[in-house]
Amino acid sequence: MSQVVTAAPDYAGQFAAWSSAVPLPAPLADMRRDAFQSFEQLGFPTTRLEEWRFTNVAPITKIPFVAPEGASSLSRESLDRLQLPQLGGAELVFVNGRLAPDLSSTTGLPDGVRVAGLAEMLAGQAGAVAGRVGQLAGAAGQAFTALNTAFLGDGAVVEVDDGVVVETPIHLLFVTSPDTAPVLSQPRVVVSAGANSQVCLVESHAGTGEGAYLSNAVSEMWVADHAVVDHYVVAREADAGYHVGQLVATLGRASNFSSHAITLGGAIVRNEARVILGGEGGECTLNGLYLGTGRQLVDNQTTIDHATPHCDSHELYKGILDGQSRAVFNGKIIVRLDAQKTDAKQSNKALLLSEGAQVTTKPQLEIFADDVKCTHGATVGQLDDEALFYLRSRALSEEQARQLLVHAFAADLLGHIKVGAIREQLDALLLERLPVGS
Amino acid sequence: MLEVSNLQASAGQREILKGIDLKVNPGEVHAIMGPNGSGKSTLAGVLAGRDGLEVTGGSATFKEQDLLELEPEERAREGVFLAFQYPVEIPGVNNAYLLKAALNEVRKHRGEPELDAMDFMTLIRERMQLLEMDDTLLNRPVNEGFSGGEKKRNEIFQLAVLEPSLAILDETDSGLDIDALKIVANGVNAMRSPERSMVVVTHYQRLLHYIVPDFVHVLSGGRIVKSGGKELALELEEKGYGWIESAPAVV
Ligand SMILES: Nc1ncnc2c1ncn2[C@@H]1O[C@H](COP(=O)(O)OP(=O)(O)OP(=O)(O)O)[C@@H](O)[C@H]1O
Ligand SMILES: [Mg+2]
Repeated sequence: MSQVVTAAPDYAGQFAAWSSAVPLPAPLADMRRDAFQSFEQLGFPTTRLEEWRFTNVAPITKIPFVAPEGASSLSRESLDRLQLPQLGGAELVFVNGRLAPDLSSTTGLPDGVRVAGLAEMLAGQAGAVAGRVGQLAGAAGQAFTALNTAFLGDGAVVEVDDGVVVETPIHLLFVTSPDTAPVLSQPRVVVSAGANSQVCLVESHAGTGEGAYLSNAVSEMWVADHAVVDHYVVAREADAGYHVGQLVATLGRASNFSSHAITLGGAIVRNEARVILGGEGGECTLNGLYLGTGRQLVDNQTTIDHATPHCDSHELYKGILDGQSRAVFNGKIIVRLDAQKTDAKQSNKALLLSEGAQVTTKPQLEIFADDVKCTHGATVGQLDDEALFYLRSRALSEEQARQLLVHAFAADLLGHIKVGAIREQLDALLLERLPVGS
Repeated sequence: MLEVSNLQASAGQREILKGIDLKVNPGEVHAIMGPNGSGKSTLAGVLAGRDGLEVTGGSATFKEQDLLELEPEERAREGVFLAFQYPVEIPGVNNAYLLKAALNEVRKHRGEPELDAMDFMTLIRERMQLLEMDDTLLNRPVNEGFSGGEKKRNEIFQLAVLEPSLAILDETDSGLDIDALKIVANGVNAMRSPERSMVVVTHYQRLLHYIVPDFVHVLSGGRIVKSGGKELALELEEKGYGWIESAPAVV
């Protein structure tokens, strides 16, 4: 199954074919066409752009990725390896961006919750979802989002009605499975959590095989007044997989939104999160845990837009970097003119396990209100030699001692995860991939 | 058990140990006293395999093996235990978890099966009682936020669980109030046996009143400048170190 990577990327040709092969309701078809124009004008970002200064996506631009129009298959064995059975709730499985109904299950969901494929929703009584797609994640200035929208077709829709509490986490598993050609998988996730509702969502992005692929995901989330949404994005991409994910969420009054970006693998993984605190008393937590080995690059870009007074935001990112890996953290906090009594905290802590590993942190505060609390901090550290010696003097091998210390560094972040099943499941995945240096 | 001869060691560019001779037989307790900076912790560190200390001459043999050849964990598995002068705080690592991992490594090395959770807890409870340890310490991160006394007590608790054949106690008495000192000393005494040797580093006769040594050595300027029986500690307490520092070594 070796890949033939000779042709130059032809997105225009693919777009034309896609537009006729994948039908959409008229307004969305227009949006798709506009998005492709934006993508053509923008081109892939270069390091001349401030937001991409440390993230060179040149490798992505050179590979002729192909967006498969039809359904792709996935072996049972690959699927088993990627499912998160401990979560115990509904699970939608997507292969190369397209829903695989045979592999998915939505049994056990309470009334007032819809978890379904986007294509299916748009083809049926599209209802609210057709009016939501693209409303938060616009294509303007965002090449990857434009590309995703240009190839709009399938994805996941989660709608929770007012007052409904979904007890078990919902799992959205996006698998990219490149075959003979490098695959472009571009799922769209649209979530709306009604007033006073509660829901927990885990998005997994994973890849199989050794071939290159690009998983370019966009998630849009509406969190209504007093709703509680707990969201996880787990990037378990294959070594040759590229992942760019954009999350945009808008929060209602006194709502509570948390999103955790857990990056465990991928050649380049870029997680963008933009949260708009659009109602008084809202609370937002963005946490991240990222691992880097070899020549991997992990980039976390966050924007928290305090648009209304009395909102809190907390950001804690922790990275463990080995080999020649690199990480970027860029945290923007905007506090609008009337967003008084804002309380925003941000911190990025990296543990470097090798000489070659590197992290770049850039906090960006844009504060227009005067009665606010904003703090940010960044630390970069190595394993504590004295602690290593202490553990070894207690009969633990150097490897065990390192593993214990590295895990302890990450465990603190996992400790913030409220749902036990998610915490345990993520901890198990973490332990499989944890670098320990040497 | 342990035979150190003409041991020399340096840290950075600095020569710290300048020829140490020390023979510890099974069951013996040796006290090492000496002024600040004389090299007591360095000696303990060299024996336990601390990084950054370079042995520049001499030898150390433990149970007929070249101790200096072994990695720190191999020494620990063979039965060397160092109670740290400054126990290290390790956030995120649970005290009981570490203890279980340590004990299982030691047991594996001895060819004994791993302890199951029940047997481990039984052993732990028993040893905690011996040291009158507050059991909340067990489920806290290793040493994190422990008081000075709690840290020292935790070291001896680990000693009691791991049952080493050579225990090196580096100023275990510092930071302990008088009641804690008695409890810890009782714990140490309970561990004394004809097969277990101890090297006790201290500045104070007070500890040696409870843990009565067979021999007392004075380390000064990187050398053992005087050795004697338990009376030597009393003499030092009375007269300080001044009177021997200039005297030639007596072996
Ligand atoms: N890594 C190092 N680099 C340079 N000098 C060192 C290093 N480690 C120890 N020393 C020095 O070696 C000397 C002996 O230190 P050591 O800790 O062994 O003394 P000690 O006898 O245990 O003292 P105390 O009674 O204060 O605990 C001190 O002067 C100390 O500063
Ligand atoms: Mg000392």
